[in-house]
Amino acid sequence: MSILQIRDLELRLSGKPILDGLTMDFMENKVHAVVGPNGAGKSTLAQTIMGLSGYREISGDILFQGESIRELEPDERARKGITLAWQEPARFEGLRIRDFIGASLRGKEKAGDLVFDALKKVGMEPSIYLDRAVDRTLSGGERKKIELASILAMKPKVAILDEPDSGIDIDSLEHIFEAVKLLRKGGTTVLLITHSMAVLEQAEHAFLLCCGKVQDEGPTKKIGDYFGKKCVPCSHKNLPEANGDER
Amino acid sequence: MKSSSADAGKLLDLAGLDAKTLHDPDAAHVVIHENTVLGSNTVPGLHIEAVSLPDGVKATIRVEKGKIIKKPVHLCFGVVPKTGTQRIIMEAFMEENSRASILAHCVFPFAEDVRHLMEGTIHIAKGAWYSYYERHIHSPQGGIKVYPKASVTVEEGGTFTTEFELLKGRVGLIDIDYEVSCGKDAVMEMVARISGTGDDVIKIQETGHLLGENARGVLRSKIAVRDDARAEIYNKMTASAPYARGHVDCKEIVQDRAKAMAVPVVEVNHPRAHITHEAAIGSVDSKQLETLLARGLTEDEAVELIIQGMLS
Repeated sequence: MSILQIRDLELRLSGKPILDGLTMDFMENKVHAVVGPNGAGKSTLAQTIMGLSGYREISGDILFQGESIRELEPDERARKGITLAWQEPARFEGLRIRDFIGASLRGKEKAGDLVFDALKKVGMEPSIYLDRAVDRTLSGGERKKIELASILAMKPKVAILDEPDSGIDIDSLEHIFEAVKLLRKGGTTVLLITHSMAVLEQAEHAFLLCCGKVQDEGPTKKIGDYFGKKCVPCSHKNLPEANGDER
Repeated sequence: MKSSSADAGKLLDLAGLDAKTLHDPDAAHVVIHENTVLGSNTVPGLHIEAVSLPDGVKATIRVEKGKIIKKPVHLCFGVVPKTGTQRIIMEAFMEENSRASILAHCVFPFAEDVRHLMEGTIHIAKGAWYSYYERHIHSPQGGIKVYPKASVTVEEGGTFTTEFELLKGRVGLIDIDYEVSCGKDAVMEMVARISGTGDDVIKIQETGHLLGENARGVLRSKIAVRDDARAEIYNKMTASAPYARGHVDCKEIVQDRAKAMAVPVVEVNHPRAHITHEAAIGSVDSKQLETLLARGLTEDEAVELIIQGMLS
C-alpha cells in the first residue's frame, strides 16, 4: 500500500524545471532509495515533500495516506508523520543534545528514556553526549548521528534521509544502516536520498532520477547495476531506454 | 524603608536560596532587601561588611591573601514591593592569589516602579581569581530600571569572569556599564545573556583594556529581543601590549518589531597585539528553524527553543 504518492510534480526554480513531472509511489513500511547524479533533483524532491520555504510553488500533488498535503506547512506535515534529515545538519548554539532530540517528544511520558535510547541506537554514549550542545564542537558525522537519533525518537511514518552517509566514517556508517533497519522495523517508510551504492543497497526499491525526471524504478539491484555502471558520471543521454536496457 | 519577614521569605524563595544553603556554616551569604541587611554569614578568609544607606546598602567584600573560598558566596539583593529604589555600592578586594566565586541573585518579582542601581569597584590582585555570576528575576510587568555599573582592575596573572543573566520576567530597562583593565598575563571574560520582550530596553556598554603583555579578554553578548523590545550593544576592546589577545562577540536574535544594534569597537595599539570581533544580528537561522519544524514543533515553539539554546 502506498503511503506517499507524488503525482506529476513540477517545481521550477529561477525558471528552470528542477522537478519535471515526477510521479512516484512510496510503499508503506519499505525502504526506498532515490538515486541519481548531482543536480538530478534528489534533495529538491526531499525538501519539496517536506514543504520547506522556497519549495512550495509546485504543480501536481503530494498525497500522504491518500490526502493532499501540498497546502500544509512543514510542521503540519511533520505532525502527520513526515520528517527529513538534512545532508548537512544544522548547528544549534547552546541547545543541548537532550533538548534537540527531545524536541519532538514534548509532553510524552518517559521522554528522557526515549532520548537516551535513541542516542544508544546510533552508537553514541548518552553520558558523554546528552548535555553537550549541537554546535560547532561536534563533528559533521556526530551531528548526522544526532539528527538520526532525533528521527528515531520521533518515530515518524515517513523519514526522508538526505545523503545519510555524507561525512560519516565506516564504523558510524554501520550505526546509520542499523538505524535505517530500526526505523523500518518500527513501521517507518524510509526514503534514502543518495548517490552511494552502499546506501542504495540498504533499500528494497529504488528510483533513478535524472534532470528532474524519474528515468527508471524497480528493485534495488536493477537500479544499482545501472546506476553504478553507466550513470556516473551522467551524460544525461545514457538512459536505460536509449541503451535498450531491460526495464 | 522597612522590610518585613514575609518580604524576606519571598525574596529567598524566588532567589532559589533554600534553608540548607543559608544554614550551611561553610557557605557565605548576604541577603539584602531594599536597604536592610536581613542576614549574613562569612567563612574564614572572607570578610563581608554591609552597611545600610538611606536608599540601599554599601557592601565590602575582601578575600585574604592566598585564601581560597571553596563554596560560592551567595549575594541576594531585591525589592519585593511594587515600588522602591535599591542602590548597592559594592567594593570587592581580592588579595594576592586568593580565589572566590560569587553568585548574585537579584530579585524584583512584583516591580511596577522599581530602580536598582549597582555601583561596583573590584580589585583583583596578582594571581587572584574572581568570578561573579549575576542572575536577575524580574516581574512580568517590566516596571523596573536596572543600572549595573562596575570598574574592575585585574593585576598580573589575575582572572575576572562575569556573567549577567536576565531571562526570567520582563527586562524593563537595563543599562549595563562595565569597564575592566587587565595587566600582564591577566584574563577577563564578560558575558551577558538577556531576553527582552514587550517594550523592554537593553543597553550594554562593556569595555575591556588589555594593558599588559599577554593579557587576554573576551566580551560576549547574547541577546534576544521580541515584540517591540530594543537592544543596543556597545562592546569595546583595546590592546596595548605585546601578545595581548582579545575577542568581541555579539549575537542578537530579533523577532517581531524588535530592533537590535551592535557596535563593536576594537582598538589595537601594539603591532604584536591582536583582537577579533564578530557580530550576528537577525532572525533565527532558517535551517535551524526548518529542522525543528520537521520534527513537528510549531514556528513559535521552534523559535523559543532556538532562543533558549542561544541564551543558555
